[in-house]
Amino acid sequence: MSNRAVTKETTHQVNLTSNRIRKGLSNYWTLSILVLIIAIFGVIEPRFLSRSNWLSTTTYMTETMLLGISETFVIITAGIDLSVGAIEGLAGVVAALVILKTLAFGTTLSLIFGVVFGLVVGMLVGLVNGLVITKMKITPFITTLGTMGVATGLTFIFSGGTDVVGLPASLNVIGNLVVASWFNFTVIITMIVLALAGIWLSKTRFGQYTYAIGSNAEASRRAGIRVDNHLIKVYMLSGLIASLSGILLLTRFATASPLTGANSELNAIAAVVIGGASLFGGRGTMFGTLVGAGIISVLVTGLVIVNVQPYWQVVAIGVIIILAVWFDQLNHRPS
Amino acid sequence: MEPTLQATGIAKYFGSIRALEHVDFEIYPGEVVAVLGDNGAGKSTFIKILSGVYHPDQGEIRLNGELVRLNSPMDARKKGIETVYQDLALAPQVDVTSNIFLGREMMRKGLLGKIGFLDRKAMRDQVKNMLGQLKASVKSVNQVVDELSGGQRQAVAIVRAVSWGTNLVIMDEPTAALGVEESAKTLELIKEVKSKGIPVIFITHTIPFAFDVADRIVVLRLGKSVVNLMTHDTHMDEVVQWITGSKSVENNY
Ligand SMILES: Nc1ncnc2c1ncn2[C@@H]1O[C@H](COP(=O)(O)OP(=O)(O)OP(=O)(O)O)[C@@H](O)[C@H]1O
Ligand SMILES: [Mg+2]
Repeated sequence: MSNRAVTKETTHQVNLTSNRIRKGLSNYWTLSILVLIIAIFGVIEPRFLSRSNWLSTTTYMTETMLLGISETFVIITAGIDLSVGAIEGLAGVVAALVILKTLAFGTTLSLIFGVVFGLVVGMLVGLVNGLVITKMKITPFITTLGTMGVATGLTFIFSGGTDVVGLPASLNVIGNLVVASWFNFTVIITMIVLALAGIWLSKTRFGQYTYAIGSNAEASRRAGIRVDNHLIKVYMLSGLIASLSGILLLTRFATASPLTGANSELNAIAAVVIGGASLFGGRGTMFGTLVGAGIISVLVTGLVIVNVQPYWQVVAIGVIIILAVWFDQLNHRPS
Repeated sequence: MEPTLQATGIAKYFGSIRALEHVDFEIYPGEVVAVLGDNGAGKSTFIKILSGVYHPDQGEIRLNGELVRLNSPMDARKKGIETVYQDLALAPQVDVTSNIFLGREMMRKGLLGKIGFLDRKAMRDQVKNMLGQLKASVKSVNQVVDELSGGQRQAVAIVRAVSWGTNLVIMDEPTAALGVEESAKTLELIKEVKSKGIPVIFITHTIPFAFDVADRIVVLRLGKSVVNLMTHDTHMDEVVQWITGSKSVENNY
């Protein structure tokens, strides 16, 4: 081998190593920020590290976490789903109304009906998203902006613009169940969904195609993957998990507010992007989203506990999204 | 011996543009044929017809003697025609193994496989084996393609193309974006593929590369196959003359 070739090989090796270090760092980096934020709040206000704050933070986190799981699948395909918050609200209201309408069949049955209808509604909105994106060739951003409007509008129409109340008390009991003193019922459900989603994304063909399509849709098509079908499934899955989040909120509050989910997609997108996913597609993990959702939730409950107006969290999220995306562009702008 | 692939009288129009007027072409097992021609001569259009991307307006294609109609790229692949595209068609954020198995993943045995679980270990082992067989210099099968050099990416695309009971491999300017070293490695890979008995159609603008690996040279000019030369019976000047048209059938007779 000539000298030049040797130098070239070595430079290449060095680049590889630095790439790997950078990747390792970005995982480690977000996790250390989470730890740092927890430490800072803990020092300012020791109450932050209490069991009750753990319960409220983890419970609060379920919404961002579930919508973040939806968004992780979608963002890895190089898409975006702005409708997840609206789907959440719609699913909650639909589930509540179905429960009220079917109470005659007995509480248990009516709850089952409510949950099933709520989940189906979310999947249907996801189906519409997927069809519009793949068949009408409208960008995911515009499509889901549109369905966000449609879903929000329907939520207000169905609910008459007011909270749906009068749901069975047992709903509330389930939603506020605390298992082993540390885990709210909705947190346990979320953890199960997160684990399943993580395994699904990293170990199955479905996950493999999700990454491949986001990385190079044309190459995936040429490899025989039915890209449109897969994208439709991903948006349906996103809608399904978003509606699950709406139903879990319903169990916690036992009322369905048409305002549920407004702006929640922003937190979810922020969690995913902080977690290292690329809006250009092909990159992202459920673990990253977990850390991202942790950072966002700890910020909210932390600010409340140290008596800062929690609205600062909204400001912080906006800034964090821009910074995280900027970082992503610097690192992986596609060539 | 029967040609692996035989195309006769191929013509292709894009509206009023005549991309191909009349192309005759054949390739035999274990043969490397270089397709040469100036920009716009119709090389890419021709191989897109062979790989099922376009349908010819005239002419017929025979695969191992049998008349075939290639309805889509997937259809061509099912018939054993693998194409390494100029853009390689790799997913950059995905690792080497997954790229090579993209669309044909190996699944776990039993129930897990039925519900969609991948057998990554089996795929990795097989990829290591394939890379070894072709002496391809890709170090880790877990690396994402983004981290590979241009030549290594080429190797991944080529390994993918030859690994599936392939009848024929088509490469459109595989060395176009490569430096000297990496081009040389790619030419070595083509020779390895040939030694496995798989014929290769190789498009290039670098005539010395054609002389290096090809048994035969077919020149396209203005949408026609104008000459068929055995590499050892010809020389660069003659090939250039055919490409530029200073030598032609009309001039000869
Ligand atoms: N999709 C298309 N629509 C219209 N015209 C086309 C199309 N594809 C190719 N052509 C035309 O057909 C002719 C042959 O093009 P082709 O790409 O096959 O040439 P080539 O030999 O591959 O050239 P190059 O060496 O530059 O890659 C050109 O005149 C080109 O403009
Ligand atoms: Mg070309």
